[in-house]
Amino acid sequence: MNWLRSIFMPEVQGWQYARDVDDIYMFITWVSAVLYAIITVGVCYFAWKYRRRRDNIETPDITHNTMLEIVWTVIPSIPLVVMYFWGFSTYMHARIAPADALEIKVIAKKWAWDFTYPNGMTFGQEMHVPVGRPVKLVMISQDVLHDFFLPDFRTKVDIVPNRYSTVWFQAEEPGEHVVFCAEYCGLQHSDMLAKVVVDTEEQYQQWLEQKAEEAMNMPLPELGKLLYASKGCNTCHSTDGSRIQGPSFQGIWGKTHNFTDGTSAVVNEDYVRESLLTPAAKVVQGYDPVMPSFQGLLREREIQALAEYIKSLQ
Amino acid sequence: MAEVLTHTTQATASHPEELNYLNENRGLKSWLFTVDHKRIGVMYFWTIMLMFFIGGVLALVLRTELLTPKQTIVDAATYNQLFTLHGAIMTFMVLVPLIPATLGNFAMPIMLGAKDVAFPRLNLASYYVYVCGAIMAVSAILGGGLDTGWTFYTPYSSTTGGGVSVMTMAAFVLGFSSILTGVNFIATIHKLRAPGMTWYNMPLFIWGMYATSVIQVLATPVIGITMVLLLMERLFQIGIFDANLGGDPVLFQHFFWFYSHPVVYIMILPGMAIISEVIPTFSQKPIFGYKPIAWSSVGIAVVGFLVWGHHMFVSGQSEFAAAVFSFITFLVAIPSGVKIWNWMATMYRGSISLKAPMLYAISFLLLFGIGGLTGLFLGTLAVDVHLHDTYFVVAHFHYVMMGGTLIAFFAGVHYWWPKMFGRMYNETWAAIACLLVFLGFNGTFLPQFILGSRGMPRRYYNYLDQFQFLHVSSTIGSYVLGVGLIMMAVVLIAPLMRKRYDAPSNPWGGASLEWTVSSPAPTHNFHHDPVVTHGPYDYKAARAAEKAGSHA
Amino acid sequence: MSDIAMPSGGAHDHGHAHDHPKFLQHHFHSAKQQFEASKLGMWLFLVTEILLFSGLFLAYFMLQARHPEAFISAHHHLDRTMGLVNTVVLLISSFTMVMAVQSAALSRTKATLAYLYVTLGLGGTFMVIKYFEYMHKIHDGLLPGNLYSYAGASVPGEYLFFSMYFVMTGIHGIHILAGMGVIAYLIYRTHKGDYSSAYYTPVDLTGLYWHLVDLIWIYLFPLLYLVS
Repeated sequence: MNWLRSIFMPEVQGWQYARDVDDIYMFITWVSAVLYAIITVGVCYFAWKYRRRRDNIETPDITHNTMLEIVWTVIPSIPLVVMYFWGFSTYMHARIAPADALEIKVIAKKWAWDFTYPNGMTFGQEMHVPVGRPVKLVMISQDVLHDFFLPDFRTKVDIVPNRYSTVWFQAEEPGEHVVFCAEYCGLQHSDMLAKVVVDTEEQYQQWLEQKAEEAMNMPLPELGKLLYASKGCNTCHSTDGSRIQGPSFQGIWGKTHNFTDGTSAVVNEDYVRESLLTPAAKVVQGYDPVMPSFQGLLREREIQALAEYIKSLQ
Repeated sequence: MAEVLTHTTQATASHPEELNYLNENRGLKSWLFTVDHKRIGVMYFWTIMLMFFIGGVLALVLRTELLTPKQTIVDAATYNQLFTLHGAIMTFMVLVPLIPATLGNFAMPIMLGAKDVAFPRLNLASYYVYVCGAIMAVSAILGGGLDTGWTFYTPYSSTTGGGVSVMTMAAFVLGFSSILTGVNFIATIHKLRAPGMTWYNMPLFIWGMYATSVIQVLATPVIGITMVLLLMERLFQIGIFDANLGGDPVLFQHFFWFYSHPVVYIMILPGMAIISEVIPTFSQKPIFGYKPIAWSSVGIAVVGFLVWGHHMFVSGQSEFAAAVFSFITFLVAIPSGVKIWNWMATMYRGSISLKAPMLYAISFLLLFGIGGLTGLFLGTLAVDVHLHDTYFVVAHFHYVMMGGTLIAFFAGVHYWWPKMFGRMYNETWAAIACLLVFLGFNGTFLPQFILGSRGMPRRYYNYLDQFQFLHVSSTIGSYVLGVGLIMMAVVLIAPLMRKRYDAPSNPWGGASLEWTVSSPAPTHNFHHDPVVTHGPYDYKAARAAEKAGSHA
Repeated sequence: MSDIAMPSGGAHDHGHAHDHPKFLQHHFHSAKQQFEASKLGMWLFLVTEILLFSGLFLAYFMLQARHPEAFISAHHHLDRTMGLVNTVVLLISSFTMVMAVQSAALSRTKATLAYLYVTLGLGGTFMVIKYFEYMHKIHDGLLPGNLYSYAGASVPGEYLFFSMYFVMTGIHGIHILAGMGVIAYLIYRTHKGDYSSAYYTPVDLTGLYWHLVDLIWIYLFPLLYLVS
């Protein structure tokens, strides 16, 4: 019956837990199908067979049958008990991460993700994990409620401000998987996607080293361009002049911005730095004060890189 | 010797100009200041149908936007408002008062053998409170809009701009209307039954109204205080729901769902109550399992207060809490199943007439069946983790709320239409409309189960390309559903253009008291004090009594 | 399931027989039925009030559990004497209300009026003392949420206590005011001679309401003023 399962569910990338969830899902589907068939066939058959003929409205005086009530209460309850225990025990398996899990810290905010690896480096939007190892996510929100939903692994948990929530999963094959935010968080809730990229162990280490090196050695404008995407700036700032949530970066270097408090300033390194660390201090006229702060989330070199990148956009 | 009941108007020509509750007092003031439960029910009916129409239009715009993954006809900000308002209007302004305030108000006192509800002026007050609440809600929409989703989760709702504050006050006011109706109905059912009508002699519709009213009285104050606290949080940052201020956003969810889960039973119990009237009448056979059905309503009402945490399985609550809530959720499924088997057993060896009320009742069984069964998926812990906040949930609750409550409401409307307005609608067109509604509804929401299990989250403006086919199917279904609903409205309203009240007093062969009075109902319900001489499902005795009456 | 029963209403027409007292509404058969229905309605309404305040108590307990030191420190700012006086005032007013109901049941109009006036006055006294308490807090900046501006020594989070203090006593105060309004209306109707042993339902129901509002204060007082 795999074809039926593949209609309802995304493909499982090897993790046994996900297969277990699918098994329970299919069990409930079959039990429901049987019960629903009884209802549908019964109702339609009765409506046809006992349809009123020639104004004959005499009917037998059947009002109750206690044994029948007991039977049709107890028998359907049995699969329900199975569902309950099966669901609960499987759920417990997903709640308790193995002790040797690789820990990745996650910060969710309107409307992007930050992933911090055990080596202390933070990258956004794409989470790389090694195959065959359990990965535990320790998550917190920077503002409102969010939710980490990884459908291919049947994994989901709410992300709350001021308190950590955790979830774990284990990939068995290399591949890429989409991550959705599944708790409404405002305007760009449906754009707050991320990706889990499953590498082999070597690829994973290579990737970490490469990113670290890039951060160290890459020319600033290039690094800035990478960060522009990986930190989620592109969600709100375009580079082609079009307006999204925030001002476009195209051609703003050296120009004067007017702010909602009546002051104005020239777009230079200081202005970019201030906008990244305390965005609410100066809000460009005509825009809303919705930019999150990157205080503590960007190294000095990264701030410089972003400034250099913006300078390069003429 | 049993008292003679009212003379019937079986022969349509006998009293064509008879006074009834519609024509006895005329003029706008006689309606606006009425204390007649029937007129209040009718006023509620038209007002709520207006809100339903608005909510429905919002849904159609929303579904049209979802035809393509990116922008189709509106931008993200507008879309987020559309789904919020659709939800808020449909839950607070339509589904909660729907059956109790319209059909409950109209039919229940007559079914009890009473002349009115216990507190007629309070009844009128509840209507005006409802209107106030609805006006406040509309001004929230126009004045700032809101995009929090109808669930208002903090801290987004306590910190975002727009009309959230006004909407929370509107919800508070609407809650009051609900409480007043509940108080009124409980007192009426306890105190105003006709002689001979014991608790087990009441139509099951009344049992359903009673259980519903108990929930209304106990649960609504909790949403009231939740709205007050949310308002205080917004205005003064009192620090109860916002983590940055020392509060707990999950506490809001507990407060909110402690009311909002029982509220779905406020919605479904009256619907089930209607089905318990329509199926036996259109099978001309007593209801099977009167006591199990009656007590299952009470059971659902009580257990329904204990399952709110199943909306919060992934919120971070403890595993122990999750286990308990999942267990009790399975418990509450059982009484609903019991009812379905009893309704089917009622049809067994009946004499079934497939008029519009029965067609809607059968639709109810088929649609609520899916809704209830898909609840099992959501009550199961590991599976719910995958399905929570996806389209699977959206499909489930539309099947129970619309496929359940609303379809049952339509059954009741067709059933009591002659008693309310004294004119019969066209059965053929009513059946066609019912078919369109049934097909359109399934076309809209069946694909959404698959969208959800495949990972499509809810409240999403943009979506991945792979989901488009199912979204397009769903939208096409919604257009068919819309056409069916409009057709149903035309079928019901068209006969109201006729002047003559030509409906018989008992077109369906019903056995409860409302079918012993003329159609439309007389102003004071009964010309003579009614005495109950047979049960509400004793169709043989009812036919005999009618024959005896027409000889008088 | 059939039943033969005695008809109670006889064969007279709808509602307008000759000997209906003025207060008996047309859909009730008897004064007793109307009284019992009204009383049931009032009890149901009181249940909703209990649930409303239960929500507030729950919120209070949740916050206190998260910030115990702040709550203990904050409550010292409350004046226990004023709180105690208010408690006694409300208790006495409940007593005078009971006496008012009894007087109405015995058709003693003058006594009913006297007791109603005293109850009203005691309710007013409660509100006046509350006014002074509030003024004192406002003066010191001990206010809810973002209005908190107390300059003295405090534990972080004390504004949470005052948030709950003002919301709970504020909503309670609104209920006292509403009750006072209803009592004033009862006084007006008693003057007109509308109440007697045959019909004193509004007085009785108002009494029930007033007792509940008193009872809620009995819970609020130790919770807010005597925390330790």
